[in-house]
This record gives sequence, structure tokens and C-alpha cells, in this order.
Amino acid sequence: MLEGRRVRIKAKGRVFEGIAMPSFTGNFVLKLDNGYNIGFKEYELLEVLDEERFEVEIPQLARKEGLPNLKIISTGGTIASKVDYRTGAVTSQFSAEEIASEVPELTEICNVDAELLYNILSENMKPQNWIELARHVYDALKKHDGVIITHGTDTMHYSSAALSFMISTPKPVVFVGAQRSSDRPSSDAAMNLLCAARVASEDLGEVVVTMHGSTSDDFCYVHRGVKVRKNHTSRRDAFQSINIRPIARVEYPSLNVEWISWRFRRNERELNLMDRLEEKVVLIKFFPGLRSDILEYYHSRGFRGFVIEGTGLGHVSTDWMETLRRICEDSVVVMTSQCLWGRVCDRVYDTGRDLIRAGVIEGEDMLPEVALIKLMWLLGNYSMEEAKEMVKKNIVGEIEPTTKY
Amino acid sequence: MMDYEKVGLMVGIEIHQQLDTRHKLFCYCPTPHREVEESNFEFIRYLRLKKSEIGEEDRAAREEVERSRRFVYKYYDTTCLVEADEEPPRELNREALEIAIQVAKMLNMEFADEVHVMRKIVIDGSNTTGFQRTALVAFDGFIEVDGKRIGIATLCLEEEACRKVDEGEGYAVYSLDRLGIPLVEIGTEPDINTPEMAKKVAAKLGMILRSTGKVKRGLGTIRQDVNISIRDGARVEIKGVQDLDILDKIVEYEVVRQLNLLEIREELKRRKAEVDGRIFDVTDVFRNTKSKIIRNKTVKAILLKGFAGLVGKEIQPGRRLGTEFADIAKTFGLGGIFHTDELPAYGISEDEVKNLKAFVAAEEGDAVIMAAGDAARVERALKRIIERAKYCLVGVPEETRKANEDGTTSYLRPLPGAARMYPETDVPPVLITQEMLEVEIPELIEERARRYEKLLPKDLAWEMADSPYYRLFEEYAAKMQPTVVARVLHILPAYLRKEGVNVDVLEERHFRLVLDMILNNEMAKEGAEEALKILAERPDAGRKEVLSRIGVAEDLDGFIRKLVEEKADLIAERGEGAFKPLMGLVMKEFRGRVDGKVVAEKLRRAIEDFIG
Repeated sequence: MLEGRRVRIKAKGRVFEGIAMPSFTGNFVLKLDNGYNIGFKEYELLEVLDEERFEVEIPQLARKEGLPNLKIISTGGTIASKVDYRTGAVTSQFSAEEIASEVPELTEICNVDAELLYNILSENMKPQNWIELARHVYDALKKHDGVIITHGTDTMHYSSAALSFMISTPKPVVFVGAQRSSDRPSSDAAMNLLCAARVASEDLGEVVVTMHGSTSDDFCYVHRGVKVRKNHTSRRDAFQSINIRPIARVEYPSLNVEWISWRFRRNERELNLMDRLEEKVVLIKFFPGLRSDILEYYHSRGFRGFVIEGTGLGHVSTDWMETLRRICEDSVVVMTSQCLWGRVCDRVYDTGRDLIRAGVIEGEDMLPEVALIKLMWLLGNYSMEEAKEMVKKNIVGEIEPTTKY
Repeated sequence: MMDYEKVGLMVGIEIHQQLDTRHKLFCYCPTPHREVEESNFEFIRYLRLKKSEIGEEDRAAREEVERSRRFVYKYYDTTCLVEADEEPPRELNREALEIAIQVAKMLNMEFADEVHVMRKIVIDGSNTTGFQRTALVAFDGFIEVDGKRIGIATLCLEEEACRKVDEGEGYAVYSLDRLGIPLVEIGTEPDINTPEMAKKVAAKLGMILRSTGKVKRGLGTIRQDVNISIRDGARVEIKGVQDLDILDKIVEYEVVRQLNLLEIREELKRRKAEVDGRIFDVTDVFRNTKSKIIRNKTVKAILLKGFAGLVGKEIQPGRRLGTEFADIAKTFGLGGIFHTDELPAYGISEDEVKNLKAFVAAEEGDAVIMAAGDAARVERALKRIIERAKYCLVGVPEETRKANEDGTTSYLRPLPGAARMYPETDVPPVLITQEMLEVEIPELIEERARRYEKLLPKDLAWEMADSPYYRLFEEYAAKMQPTVVARVLHILPAYLRKEGVNVDVLEERHFRLVLDMILNNEMAKEGAEEALKILAERPDAGRKEVLSRIGVAEDLDGFIRKLVEEKADLIAERGEGAFKPLMGLVMKEFRGRVDGKVVAEKLRRAIEDFIG
């Protein structure tokens, strides 16, 4: 293996010295001493040169009296990754000392313990990962004043919804991530982490997501874990609260917190864990022309939980009625809307009334993804009949009683 | 005359030339210059320094971070989320790569088989990402200047940085319009050894770049960085030389600066000078000062033992060692410094100087430097000045400096280390294919100029060959007198610009119109100046309007007919002798609009007809 080794090669009729780099195109990639990488189709290896490796010394963190003790659990979000300028590799390591050395301001607002639970991309998250994560957070909540979970942004709102249902928490559980990888000087990671640490120290008792509130580095929003959604593929302010205002706004760099809407306060609820999830639950987005066979397929595979992302107030084509009637006999079918904003109401039009008669349950103002997770949790912990009862009942803030401007 | 060989002068040049592509290097935005007032949105950011695996931080980047600034970015309807660092970059602009390959071939360079885009850490805010994207395209070329072979080390394709439009204590404002415009960066080997040669090499490289016809022109579209070192001195990088004419002066002055710093070092050694590392809070000394600049501010001071008289010593015209220290203070957001070589002054009294010296226990022969302002900034700046002062005992520090208009330079930041580049993983590598290398090499401007020398006076031949309208020149020079064409395309616009006429609005179609009117005898060549002026003022004016405004041939005939009738007595009296005074009257009216020969001919015929 030449990668990472210092070599001398001959190419294009002259001699080059540098570090052999990983290549994805089959060509030989060399990092020259001026820092540039360059690819050669043909080369002759002249010599492999040995180089001393450096050991990094990281100073021990001293605990400060009077500061809240927070636990940071990493699931693979590269919130404090490092870049090796020599090889160009970006590595994600995770000790409290390393985090503190990257974001030194953190040590002024809290004492940090860190745990690397996963190192996976958030698109690879599975319900089993949520269960394991919930258990770790539950344990941490017994000892710490608050928990921060660093998470990839792609599915962060699914995870925050899952933990919202699984853990009844008296303390803040704060999800945080970065839209720009944290190896860049412009990354949003540090500011998001600092705001998250402040929120995790506050008078709060629920699962939230803390991310940039605008494209500027000026404030973060705190979103309820069951009312948040990633609404942009790349912007820093991709996460938005839907059908509710954000819970709070954290100014940066002052870290002053302004509470905006109602919240569960610290110690308002007892610590409790209900960590079962039924995985055979599916979210189906209806579109013109989609046949109800898709429902039959999942039903035949043993799925008993269905969330439909319908149109408008919560509709699907009338051709689906017969199938829905049959499936509703032994399954929970929840209607949500692809509009995302607003509340489902199946009592306005005939189609809606037919849906209710068929046994479909209105998902109120729940986000489709949140309804999916809620159903997984309900079917994992309650009987079918109880689950049907609880779909329309607000449990952790996933349903707002009234819709505001 | 300085003996540059004796001082061991070595100069390398880095040319940064903007390319005239349809869109930017890593997004599909166009590349026009925008006025800040046209901005429709702004956002703010901070940048953080990232450590390498071995715990190293780039020293230049570290210092930028210590200046800790808030960056404001001006956004326009011609910029997008890529410039705002809110969307991943698009793939490398192929048009820009093709131009880079063409230039590299003209510089006899060898090519990478695969181009890898890198991120070069830049924390001064001029890049929203905190890095500049750059890629090495070619290496190992050469050009010949005055029979000497100058090596071309590298050619890189990179993105232009933001334009800084304002800055103040703790903040800087940048405009996004320029960010992402493709640049080629050409770096020579340090083969240049006189100031004149530096200027010639830069001029030659500029000529080669313009010969492609695919580079931007005008203020700020080409910049030279110069790397200068002398024996026992240090490599100093001087950034942002926009005016080629002062390049030689910059080299000359830098040699002088380094020699003077070496002289200061020798004198300091003789005096056994040393730098006291402490920073003294001397705010109380100036509690009741009359100096407005330091009143009500935190004032701190440092002690340089044995430095008296040297801080005020001139090292470049108008610049002292103290100016170097002041440059550092300025980069930390302070107004500058005071030093005892120049005090009492600026409202600071003799007593205050005495008390200051007593406070820090300065003796005869010592110098005290002080700065005032925000306590943390003053502290950081003085810490850095102590470091710089200590280096006076070592010699010339390696650093990045900025070119001033008079050819002197000011401190900008430490020289960046090599440890500041890592791969831009968002942009896939690009294979350079044989087909891409088969690009044609254009005729060089200097070759073209030699062809034109047969048609035009030498200076004009060179100007015309370097003009964006050289193709138009060739087209019309085949049909009419080349000097007339050159006059329309180059001399008249240059003259009108000096007169304050906005000739920048003139396009090829305008020049064509004027040349056609001369070619078709609708207008005398003397009318060109007036025609261009009319078109510059009203770019949408058509042929008819231009002709009617400069006075057409019919008018001339009518004028002559009338004049002959009015002056019938005179003609009767003098016969053909009346021509001269009448010619004067006609020319008074039509000078510059109609060819004198045409006037003379018409007038002569009219007089002859009258006499019968």
C-alpha cells in the first residue's frame, strides 16, 4: 500500500516527490510538496521514502464547578471532524478533549462528556439504531443535566421524532448537525454546537433540534423534535418548524435565548423509556395514477401500519376506497397531507367522508414522517385498538390543538 | 546603480489573470462587475481555523483568526447559493479549463493527466468557504525574454476571491460579484535577477495571455504577485501589483528595504539590543492626556531595549521601521502605533513621554512602542509586534506584503505555510484528454504587431495588434487606408476618452458603421471623430441620424451655392482669386466633418461655373 507514503516517482519525463494519495479513477494521484494533488496515467516508482509520524498530544480537560454537565453522543455527524492537510483526509474522531480543542468556547458554558455511538451516515439510519440511541440517551439523562446528539442532517428529523416518542424526558435532549462539513472554516458546526450546548443547559424538558435560523451566522432556532423538517438540500437554515413556531431563538455569538412558543419545562415530566418500535409500518405518497396495489403489497407482507401522504386536505383517488376499506379492518391507516403545512380534514369533501367511513384516521397537523414514526411507536407498545385511539391524541407535542398564522 | 548580482537578487512572478468565460468556475453565474448599491441581500459569517491531524495550524490563517472579524457579504441577482457557500460547487467549468490549456501550451508546459481541485485555506473572509478552490493544470514550461530562458513552474486554474468593499474595527465587507471568476495563476521560477527583467517577464506573460483573446481586460483583471529575496534576506511575497509600470520599482524598493533591515540588525547587534517581552498597561499615564487619539482608551506599551533612533529609521522612501509595526497594528484593527522616536507629538506632551519611559523603566537608548484601543485587540497586536521586533535581531522576516501605489509595500500577514491544502471532494477530478490538448495556438500579439508594422507606424502597430478590435482592423485595412482604420479604432477613441466622452459604450457595430460611412464616401474621414462622439452619446443612433447630425454632402452643396450667390461681387471682382477667402468661410463651417479636398473641389467647380 503506497497511500499515505512519501514516494519519488518518474512521470512525464521528470522526477516528482510527494505523498501517494487515494485515487478513485485508477490514475496515480500524488500530493506535491506545494500541496497540490496531481494525477498521472503512467508513472515509474523510484523510491518509497520513510517519514516520521507525529503523535498528537491533547491536553486533559479540567472540570469547572458550577457549569452544567452535558453528554454529547455522536451518531456519525461530522460535527468535530479534522482534516489532515498532508493527505487531505477528513477524519471524524470523538473525545470530549477533541471536541473542546475544536470548539474551545464550549468549555466556558458546560462540562462535556462524549461518546461515539455510531459512525454512520444518517441516510443509513434504521429503526434499530433509534432504539439503541434512545437507550443510551436514557442512561445519560440519569447522570447528566442535558444530552446533545450530533447527527447527520438527512434523517435528523426522523431520529428526533423517534426519540421524542420513546423517551419521556425531564431534561433537554438536543439534536444538532452541520450542513457544511466541519472541516471547512465556514462550517456551521461550531455555532450550531455552541447554541445546542446552551439549549441543553436551559429550562427545557423535551427533544429538540437546534440548527441555523438563517443563512447568516447570527442565530439558531430550536425546533420541537416532532414538528421539524429538513426543507432544503443544502442551506444552513434548512431545518424549519412546520405548523408551529420554533420553540426558541438563540443569538450568536452572545448565546442569549429567547423563548418563542410553549415548551415542556425541565422536570415537568418523569424520566421513562418505551423503546419498542414496530418496523412494519410504511409511508406511501399518493400521486395521480398510483394504484392501490401498493397497499395490497405491503398488507400481504404483514404490514399493519400505513401512513398515506395524500393530496390537499387529505385525499386519495376514489379507486382506492375498496382496498382501504378492506385493509382498515386489521390495520391502522393514517391520512396526512403532502402539503405539509396545514391540518388534514376529511369531512369537507365526499372523498374525505368516504375515507373516514372506510376507517382511515385523520393525522391532524402531523408531518407525514412524524405520523410514520408515531405509528411505529404506537404499534410497538400498544394494542391495535389502543393505537387507533392514540393516533389523533397529542402525546409529545406532535399535534397542535389550534393552527396559527 | 545597485549591483543586483552582488546582493543575490532572486525574483519570481505570479500572474493572476481573469478569464473571459460565460460563467464562473464552479457555478453558472455570469461574471459582470456590480456596484455595491445594486446588492439585493446581505448575510454575515465568521470563519474558524481548522487544525491538521498533527495539531498544526497554518500561521497565516492563525493570525487572521486572531484578528477575529465578522464578515459581511453583499449578494446580487447575478450571484447564487454556490458563492454564498450554501450549495455545493458545480463541476469545473470546461471553457475555463480549455483556455488554461491553451495558455499552458503557449508557455511550453507539460500537463497533468488528471486535474484535481484543491481547497487552499484562506481565512481573511475573501472566500465565503474559508478556502480558495485551485487546481494544478500544467508545470515545467518556459518563455524567452531578451534571450534569457525564464522557467514557468506552474499554471493553476483557480477561483477569484471576493472584492473587499469596506472594513472597520472587527468587521470587513465583501462583494460576491467577483467571487468565482476563473483565474489562471502562472508562477515563474525565481530566474529573474533584475527589476527591469521582472517588468519584461510580466509584460511578456501579459501579452501571451491577451493573445488568446479570451481573458478579461481592464482595471483589476490582471494582478501580479512578486516573490523577492536577496542573499541573507528572506523570501517576501508582494501581493496585488495592478500596475505593470511600477513592478520594477517594487523590486528595487524591496531590495532597499531588505538591505536596510539587515543594516538595522547589525546596528542592534552592536548595541546588544533586546526586546523586553512584557506588555505594560500604561493607561494611567495618559489619564489626562490632551491627545484625542488615545484619550479614554486602553493604552499599552512594550519596551525595545537599544532600539532608540532605529524605530524612526527610514527603510523605504517615506516608510520607517515604525511603519512596519504600525502595519501590524492596523491588521489587528487598530489605527496604528506611537513610538518614542517620534514623540512628543500628536498632542502627547513631553511630560507624558517622560512618565511613560519611567513606567516601563526605559533607559537612554531604549524605544517604547504603544498602541491604544480595545484592550484585547491592543494586547494581540502588541504581542505580534514584540515577535516582529525580536525578528529585527535575526534579519528579514518571511512575509506576505501588499503593494502600495508608490512602489513601497506594507505588511499583510505571515507567509502561508505549505500545510494548508486539502482536496475539494465536491468536485470530481477531470481527465485531460488528447483531444483537449489539440487546441490551436493563437498568433501572438507581438507577431501580429510585426505584421502591422508594414502598414502602420510602429507604436500604432503594437497598439492595434493588442486591441480587441484587431480583427476589424484587418478586415477594413484590406479595403481602405490602414492608418484611417487605426485612427477610427484606436486613436480617436483614446482621444475622446481623455476628453471625457464615455467611449466604453462603443461596440463593434458602431466602429463598423463609421468605417462603412467613410468607405462608401458618405462621410469624410475627418467626420469620424464627430460620428464616434455622437454614437458614444447615443449608442442607438442609426446611420441616418449620425449623417444628419454631422452635416451631409447635400448641405455642403447648398451652402456653397448660397455662398457663391452672396459673394457674387467678390467673385466678379477677383475671379479665381476669390477661392482662398471663400474656402476659409466654407471650412469654418465644415471643418472636421468633410474632407478639405472635397470642399476645395466643389468650391472650385462652383466658382468656375459662376464665372462661366
